Amino acid sequence: MNLFAVFLLAVLLASFVRAPEKAPELFAVLPALDGHIGAIVVKAPGSEKVVNEAYATVSIHGSSQTNGSLSEAQVREMFGSTLEALPGTPASFMLYFLEGSDELTPESKAELDKVFSELKRRPLPDIVVIGHTDTVGTLDFNDKLSLARAQRMREMLIGLGLPAERIQAAGRGKRELLIPTEDNVSEERNRRVEISVR
Amino acid sequence: MRKVLMVATVLSAMAIPALASDAGLIKVSKGNVQIERNGAKMAAPVGASVQASDVITTGADGSAGITFTDNSLVSVGPNTVFAIDKYRFDSTTHAGEFEGSLKKGRLAAISGKMVKASPESMKIRTPSAIMGVRGTEFVVQVDEEKK
Repeated sequence: MNLFAVFLLAVLLASFVRAPEKAPELFAVLPALDGHIGAIVVKAPGSEKVVNEAYATVSIHGSSQTNGSLSEAQVREMFGSTLEALPGTPASFMLYFLEGSDELTPESKAELDKVFSELKRRPLPDIVVIGHTDTVGTLDFNDKLSLARAQRMREMLIGLGLPAERIQAAGRGKRELLIPTEDNVSEERNRRVEISVR
Repeated sequence: MRKVLMVATVLSAMAIPALASDAGLIKVSKGNVQIERNGAKMAAPVGASVQASDVITTGADGSAGITFTDNSLVSVGPNTVFAIDKYRFDSTTHAGEFEGSLKKGRLAAISGKMVKASPESMKIRTPSAIMGVRGTEFVVQVDEEKK
């Protein structure tokens, strides 16, 4: 074989062995369990697409991005085992203390029973105890107070036999009011501890 | 108290210490699921902790579900490689940052508290795009290269 033939062969081969095409990609918004439909923003070089309808999609193939949609059945076919593996939505329980005491109100004791049934329903539960305050006092003061309340509740749960390493405590201070009020308003329904089981 | 003790037994039987540095916990693990951390691969059973910089990989029969500390829920399907590039969450302010890369395979997710506090604080990269999450439930697929 002469050099020219080798060269021709190389050119021929090169025309077949192109750079591999980028994998087709697909992004879709699904309705949440409660029916809420969210939004995603897909940014690729030279394009930005917002998807904010149920089952609406953006697909990317090479350098082209196209909007589309899927049926519920198609989503199930493509993502069935993936969606099945989504962990259960965390469940939240609200507990109140008797004023100026460590003791829960009678209603909250009943609520605590629900926490324990929820724990049993989950394969490997963990708990976050989140303290909340009313708006009396500064942000910093309430962050600390809410964390102290959450830690007290955490100790209580450990006392009831739950493993310490599975329970975290967090304080949200006056950042997440159950009953919206002005600043510096005493409101007992805002002085609460939330137990999130997940 | 019997009920409490029962729960305690269930919980402690599988208790694996949760560290403050943990980004999340594996809650669902089916088939072949592994976590790659600092170059080492390990099995990822239910209860294993997930940290920033971990890479979750699944085999042809694998799928896994993770609950993150901000209550984001993420699952991966078969033949998937998903890297957690960045993760931090402040449980007091709900400020945070969640960046993951889906290299291939399938992912489903329900966004959590950080996205509620600041939209697009959760981002998923793919080989050709970056997706900002403004809310709730979505799926992403990255197909393997065409033969």
